[in-house]
Amino acid sequence: MIEVKHLSKKYGSKNVIEDVSLRIEKGKITSFIGPNGAGKSTLLSMISRLLKKDAGEVLIESKEISTCKSEDLAKQISILKQSNQMSVRLTVRELVSFGRFPYSQGRLTAEDWKYVDEAIAYMELQEMQDKYLDQLSGGQNQRAYIAMVIAQNTEYVLLDEPLNNLDMRHSVQIMKVLRRLVDELGKTVIIVIHDINFASCYSDYIVALKDGKVIKEGATEQIITTEVLKEVYDMDIQIETINGNRICVYFDS
Amino acid sequence: MKLRTKIVVLSLFALLLILLFLFIGLGSNWGYSLERRAWKIAAIVLTGVCIAFSTVIFQTVTNNRILTPNIIGLDSMYMLIQTAVVYVFGSTNKLLVDSNLNFMLTLALMMVFALLLYWVMFRREGNHLYFLLLVGIILGTLLGSMTTFLQLLIDPSEFLVLQGRMFASFNSVQGQLTVICYIVAIAVGLYYMRLHKYMDAISLGKGHAVNLGVPYDAVVKQLLVIIAALISVATALVGPLTFLGLLVANVAYQFMKTYRHAYLIPGAILISIIALVGGQLIVERVFSFTTTVSVIINLVGGIYFLYLLLRENKS
Repeated sequence: MIEVKHLSKKYGSKNVIEDVSLRIEKGKITSFIGPNGAGKSTLLSMISRLLKKDAGEVLIESKEISTCKSEDLAKQISILKQSNQMSVRLTVRELVSFGRFPYSQGRLTAEDWKYVDEAIAYMELQEMQDKYLDQLSGGQNQRAYIAMVIAQNTEYVLLDEPLNNLDMRHSVQIMKVLRRLVDELGKTVIIVIHDINFASCYSDYIVALKDGKVIKEGATEQIITTEVLKEVYDMDIQIETINGNRICVYFDS
Repeated sequence: MKLRTKIVVLSLFALLLILLFLFIGLGSNWGYSLERRAWKIAAIVLTGVCIAFSTVIFQTVTNNRILTPNIIGLDSMYMLIQTAVVYVFGSTNKLLVDSNLNFMLTLALMMVFALLLYWVMFRREGNHLYFLLLVGIILGTLLGSMTTFLQLLIDPSEFLVLQGRMFASFNSVQGQLTVICYIVAIAVGLYYMRLHKYMDAISLGKGHAVNLGVPYDAVVKQLLVIIAALISVATALVGPLTFLGLLVANVAYQFMKTYRHAYLIPGAILISIIALVGGQLIVERVFSFTTTVSVIINLVGGIYFLYLLLRENKS
């Protein structure tokens, strides 16, 4: 379980995250939603130690992350940011093999390569595994990065806007993979997501942020309601149930 | 070609050039000549290793392939020290004439400059690496302007002595200093071995490196100190060699075609030795010492740099 207690972050004099406390349950997909500038990515970065926190605690399995060794954390928690520009030229397979770095420090054993092969197969990248990343489309790139995280084989998987710039087909594909990670492999997935319909259809738990504060959190059904979304986005959003999924209709009629 | 084969080919080529350098036209007094040449080649190899090694590490840390470690102003610091010595004490002072003393002074001041810069920059939390580089560039320019100003005030005949120091040259390197430099470089190299495993992960960028468990800030700080030490040693020994690092690092990326530092670093080092020994051979055999190796390196390096920029522009 990840526990966040009284977490704060300031950029200059502006509070980006203000006294946020959260519990993230194991074996679920938790989505962070909220308008631009709500502090979702900042919160995710602090939970994953990419960003230093100004105040508060982040506990993973009851241990404060700043007291843990970075090496050990890399076997427990993985994070994928939304922009992944690199100055080195790598093939898909080379990229995925970096996921084993925490275990082998770059000298991969036969067992490490087995994990790499499995991750590549899991993301259906076998055919393009020897292609360079710059030869692939945005969706294929995103799958390759997720394969790296799968090879890292951590209990917690954090993704910052994994659907950014993807079309519906690829978005659905990615969300299904995340669902399988949780349902089949028992991982805990935390994502920052903008499309509330994707959040509604694929997540178990939703945390709604606004102006650096958690304004509502709860099971998906409790958050995807006209009243809560009005509070989050200042918009009247109609909710329709289609095939058991709650779909938000947010276009002005 | 496999990566190992490439390294072997480069090694053989470097060895061939070194042997050529040692034995071509040795003359009748061969014992004396050979000893002088051996010291010279030792200094050349050391400089080549330091510059190639530190440039590759620097470009990995900054994730940028057209930067050289000189961007933090070490070259300018070297020039300012030499100029200030001539200005304040005159060109016949011990501090300039005595190579040992001059070397120690230069090395110490360059290290103090670099460490002070790092200390000031890293004391404040959350500073980006590029901010350090920006401050470095500005300081470098400031030091450069001060140097130019002092040079205007110097007596023209003294300036000629100073000019001899402004370009890298292996013709007047002392054996004793080379030994000291080797000791420093080997110590720094041994220290680096502890950090070597992180290099590939760092080349992915900060976010990925932290995710993969690299203690990023601590490692980067140590690498920056290693870079400053090696550049200071090489510059204090032979003088500034601006383009060499940029040239050999990029040729190494092109030739090795890998992201793995276990091959990139040896590749860059060998290419650097080939460039320097080859350059020095040309200086001695073709131009009969009428120019210095840095002029040739800067000419070739400058043309290559333009080519890089134009090619980046196209893609």
